[in-house]
Amino acid sequence: MKRRDFLKNTAVFVSGASLSLSTLEFLDPRELLASQPSLRWGFLVNTYKCVGCGFCVKACKIENDIPLEANVTRTWVERYVMTKSGETIRDCPQGALNGYTSKLLDENASGMRAVPDEEVAQAFFVPKLCNHCSTPACVQVCPVGATYQTADGAVLVDRKWCIGCGYCIMGCPYGVRFFHPVERVADKCTFCYHRISKGGNTACAQACPFGARQIGNLRDPNDPVAKAVLKERVGVLRSEYGTKPNVYYIGLNEEVR
Amino acid sequence: MVEQVAQMVVHGEAWTIKDLFVLPNEYVYWSIQIVMYPYMTGLVAGAFVLSSLYHVFNVEKLKEIARYALVFSFALLPVAMLPLLLHLQQPLRGIHVMMTPHFTSAISAFGIVFMTYACIVGAEIWFVYRKFFVESLLRLEAKTGRSSFESILKMIYRIIALGARDLSPEALEADHKAVKLLAGIGIPVACFLHGYAGFIFGSVKANALWMTPLMPVIFICSAVVSGIALCIVSYAIFMELRKWAARRGKNFLLPDAVAHGEHVVDVDHLRSVQGHEVTMTAKYLLIFMTLAITLELLDIIFRGYTAVKSWDILRDVIYEHDFVKIFIMQYGIGNILPFLILLLPGLTVRRAVFASLLVLFGVFMMRWNVVIGGQAFSLTFDGFMHYHLPIIPHDIETFKEGLPGALMVITTPFVIFYFLNMIVPAFMEDKNAH
Ligand code: SF4
Ligand code: SF4
Repeated sequence: MKRRDFLKNTAVFVSGASLSLSTLEFLDPRELLASQPSLRWGFLVNTYKCVGCGFCVKACKIENDIPLEANVTRTWVERYVMTKSGETIRDCPQGALNGYTSKLLDENASGMRAVPDEEVAQAFFVPKLCNHCSTPACVQVCPVGATYQTADGAVLVDRKWCIGCGYCIMGCPYGVRFFHPVERVADKCTFCYHRISKGGNTACAQACPFGARQIGNLRDPNDPVAKAVLKERVGVLRSEYGTKPNVYYIGLNEEVR
Repeated sequence: MVEQVAQMVVHGEAWTIKDLFVLPNEYVYWSIQIVMYPYMTGLVAGAFVLSSLYHVFNVEKLKEIARYALVFSFALLPVAMLPLLLHLQQPLRGIHVMMTPHFTSAISAFGIVFMTYACIVGAEIWFVYRKFFVESLLRLEAKTGRSSFESILKMIYRIIALGARDLSPEALEADHKAVKLLAGIGIPVACFLHGYAGFIFGSVKANALWMTPLMPVIFICSAVVSGIALCIVSYAIFMELRKWAARRGKNFLLPDAVAHGEHVVDVDHLRSVQGHEVTMTAKYLLIFMTLAITLELLDIIFRGYTAVKSWDILRDVIYEHDFVKIFIMQYGIGNILPFLILLLPGLTVRRAVFASLLVLFGVFMMRWNVVIGGQAFSLTFDGFMHYHLPIIPHDIETFKEGLPGALMVITTPFVIFYFLNMIVPAFMEDKNAH
């Protein structure tokens, strides 16, 4: 090859390569989304309104193809019973898929436990789901980057890339992750990203007859969720882990972890 | 009325029993294979450290066992990866770790650390055995009427000799220097490899039992302990086995004889493991054991003394649910007993081997108590999970993550070692190697 040819070819190659590189850059989805920083998904749970019917759990499982009979769930509802003697008893059989219809508390291997009505000081329900944390532990520990955070704050799992190591399941302080029994990859709540990114509501919020659950945009001052987070006394779960959760609770108390 | 629905078993459900309040998605996700993983890496790292003691610090008495430990460490190496693969839900995608390593994750660098380490061990073996490679190659080339097996062997030697056929004293001296250098670099890398396994656990902030900066150091110490112990046990057993096999002419048990002809195994000079080797090795074992126990106890005492929120549940796990596993099996049988056996004067080979067996068991229990014990309680600190190792598999999952899978992981290094011995005889006695 002559020297001139070589130079020519190099020039063609370099310009060609930089052209394709620039197209890549142009299509970078992060940049596209970062151009609308006015969106950050958040969630509000009003525990006073929850009656433990479990409609949200069922709706979520159906919407997101988690087999109903499998003992894992993207969202669940816990029951808290606090006695006058200061004891707190919690249960959550099958994630409350079928709702709480019995007064007996399910203590797993320790059997069912009955608490006489007159000893109950207070009782309530707490729905739980992925907190779509601002500094998510699960994203940090995923060795292949299959768990990632979108620019609008949702934390998602790439089902085609997850190797199923379970590190994220171990890393999440909230126990919201599990292995999908059919797909065999890590799975968890997506805030129904396929719905909300098209302007829809999450399946659980839609199914809740009492409005205990709400999805919203924390960056929009007129959004009802953002307003509540700003003006009401809300709390988040386990802030000590530094994950900065984005699911806010009205009526949270110390016993809820 | 609670609806009765047909069961679909999710991952972890087959071996987890929940008690009291446990979150619906919580199971023992990291089971026996994740116990095997740090155990096997620990053995790799420990065996290598033992071999380096001779090469770097010139502990002359360890010469024979050092060479053995080096080759054995190499045989163990691929098996350190196996438990991770068996544990993955998508084993075929394991390679993704190399393709898109996500460096904020402690597991992601595993491939890199592991490969670096493998290269160092491989290179060290190469320098140690280069003279042997070249001599075997020349011998096989000179031979007329090679069997097909010998032809294959010749080809292997030709490839691994990498064309470096210079056997002049200067070249051999250079080999010697290279071995020393590699062994020197190898020690920190081996510690890193295993400290890193500890970091994988120690950095999980969601787990109250795992999260401690001491974890990597504890792992390193116990790794060296288990590696040395395994070398003592296997070295002594192999030596006896070889003697036995050579006397009865059971050559299939002597892979080096299979490969190079009976003359390489000198029946009259086949010796037993020697007292001084074992006592010397046992001395190092004691040092590292003291370190390991001190650190582990420090960890428990510190947790009990500071008694943060998680201590309530940890105390239940440590002193009640896992009491037998931690204090009887791990510390009692696995630490204190062998410690005493090794300390009593007049140490015999047999006694050292017995003590080393106990040590191996103790380190295994330590891994078990960390990995399984760390998942024995709920994230809510309000309930427990009991792990039941699947013994008889009824599907692929209970096979992989049950007793059969674990046994497979344990036996593989010995199979590899057998074939490795045909090419790099670990028990070579002559002055062929360093
Ligand atoms: S709640 Fe858990 S899974 Fe969800 S984003 Fe936070 S750390 Fe990740
Ligand atoms: S299970 Fe999948 S998503 Fe979770 S850490 Fe492993 S590869 Fe990442």
